[in-house]
Amino acid sequence: MSPVLSVSGLAKSYGELEALGGVGFDVEAGETVAVIGPNGAGKTTLLSLVAGSQAPSAGSVSRDPRDVGWAPQQTALYSKLSVSENLELFARLEKVADPAAAVQRMLAQTGLAGRADEPVANLSGGNRQRVNVALGLIADPPVLALDEPSASLDPGQRERLWEFLDALTDAGTALVFSTHHLSEAHRHADRLLVLADGRLLFDGTPARLLAEADDASGDLEHALVCFLREQGTPAGRAEA
Amino acid sequence: MRWLLRKDLLILRRSRLLVALLVLYPVAIALLIGFAISRSPARPRVAIVDQTPAGETVKVGSERVNVSQYAKQLFNQVDAVNVATREQAIAKVRSGEVSAAVVIPANIAARLSSATQQAQLEVLYNGNALEQSLVQSSLDSAIAQANLGFSEQIQQAAAKAIAALLQGGNAGILGAPENLVGLSEIPGKLSAIIARQPPGHTRTELERIAAFAGFAAQNLTVSKQVLATISQPISVKTSLLKGRRTPLNTFAVVVAVTVSLMFVCVLLAAGGVALEREERVLGRLVRGLVSREALLAEKGLLAAGCAFVVTLAMLAGVGAFVPLNWGRSGLWLLALAFGALAFGALGVAIGALAREVRAASLLAFLMSLPLAFLALVPSGSVSSGFYAIISAVSFVFPFKAALQALDAAVNGASPALGPSLAHLAVLTVFFGALARAGLRRAD
Repeated sequence: MSPVLSVSGLAKSYGELEALGGVGFDVEAGETVAVIGPNGAGKTTLLSLVAGSQAPSAGSVSRDPRDVGWAPQQTALYSKLSVSENLELFARLEKVADPAAAVQRMLAQTGLAGRADEPVANLSGGNRQRVNVALGLIADPPVLALDEPSASLDPGQRERLWEFLDALTDAGTALVFSTHHLSEAHRHADRLLVLADGRLLFDGTPARLLAEADDASGDLEHALVCFLREQGTPAGRAEA
Repeated sequence: MRWLLRKDLLILRRSRLLVALLVLYPVAIALLIGFAISRSPARPRVAIVDQTPAGETVKVGSERVNVSQYAKQLFNQVDAVNVATREQAIAKVRSGEVSAAVVIPANIAARLSSATQQAQLEVLYNGNALEQSLVQSSLDSAIAQANLGFSEQIQQAAAKAIAALLQGGNAGILGAPENLVGLSEIPGKLSAIIARQPPGHTRTELERIAAFAGFAAQNLTVSKQVLATISQPISVKTSLLKGRRTPLNTFAVVVAVTVSLMFVCVLLAAGGVALEREERVLGRLVRGLVSREALLAEKGLLAAGCAFVVTLAMLAGVGAFVPLNWGRSGLWLLALAFGALAFGALGVAIGALAREVRAASLLAFLMSLPLAFLALVPSGSVSSGFYAIISAVSFVFPFKAALQALDAAVNGASPALGPSLAHLAVLTVFFGALARAGLRRAD
């Protein structure tokens, strides 16, 4: 089975600072991949490069940016426009064949049909995040790149978001997301990518990370800290 | 780009306060600038105490000159408030009702007629230095004009007396006998007498007198021209080297419209680009949905279009009060369009460099106002080195070029419209490229 997304030697530097150095991985259709690591590891940079919102310094992404649905960590919406106006604008910019139908579909999927005409500025943080994710999905892309999609959501909203995302991956959409909630990664991800200091240190299943960290407790968070310490990363040393 | 434009218009429609400020504020500033430029200095209120007897005249040669005629020249330069006494005038100055008082003394006619004593006016000021300066310059100018008028009268009287001496007859000169022989007639009359005289001492003396009379008549003729020169030693001949003179009120209209064009365009374009960053949507847009160039072009064109409509309406509105040549309206459109595009490019460059709408608006405002003032600094008012710096700064920003283009379009002023439009086109490309570089990072 050929991967739906191939990332090869992806690197990004800001002047002297190397934010990401030569990261490569593949993602299959319907697969859910979590990108985890300490703050400043390069998670956001990796996802923005995959989504094409930034140009890489080196390396390549197999997919055209328009084939990757993207939801940045901070909601990227026009606050003076309503929910449906935001959705319609991006449906038209994405050249969706039937923008009106796409808007109705996303309103139904996000459960925001009742608030379609409300300005985004009036929505709660959780509902804004739902619209933010919906904008990434409006063109029905084969790959989704979500940067900390549940960061500002309460447990109930997070649960509903994952029900929605799980349904998408069940239908064949590949999902790459970053998170600090390791329980979320453990529960929903098929694979984990561990980044630290812009380097890819681990690419495998959650079970394999637990095994490599020799953590019998099944606590992925503890396993990650142990793993980073073993790797001798600054974050791991700080934890030690 | 169409959907982006539609979105921006929708956002503008929902930002009524912003739109109102964007239109009203620059128009208010522009009108204030226009008013300040076009309005001539106010005539100071001055109390006038004329202590001369009614109908008093000054005798100059054989002429009599009415004192009140020259006092009126003073009244024309100021907003005159006639009062009867010096005390009343002082009271009005003290109360601030008038800026100054001028007392024309009763003996002014006698002093002017004496030709040995200088006539003197008394001027009373209050303690306000600014008002005193304004009143003093107005009165100095008025007294200079009155003096000039007197000297012309004296010259005319003297010229009449000289003519009487040369031509003779009943000259009307006080104390002169009737049927006075003219100096210019004496050489001819003496020649006839000399011809009848035998050679000798008497004939030689008469020939000397005839030679003197001829010489005196010639020189008195020349002295009339000399007197005319002395009465007005300096005259002014005005020549405009190129272009045509722009009336101050229509230039004020051009300044006001250019200021409005700049404010609306720069603030709207800068705010529009900065909004994409502030809402964090820029990263979403530039990943293949809209190119950075198209995004900048859309913002610049939207701002330019809005500013074009506002300023064209303003120009048409002002045209109802100030005489404008409507036959040149095609050129107005051209100048406004090129100016709007250049200001739009400057605005998107500011918006691309700033990361927030407030920062972009503040930067746009802080840049725009000094640029307008710099472009209006006259060449002789500062040192040549400083003026060279001002000219260089004005050259790399669109205000001066837009002002010149609109002045050429509206008033036919120099420099011509073509070079100014070319200058604006170059600045549009320059600031467009700067904006593109500023928008390199999408986050």
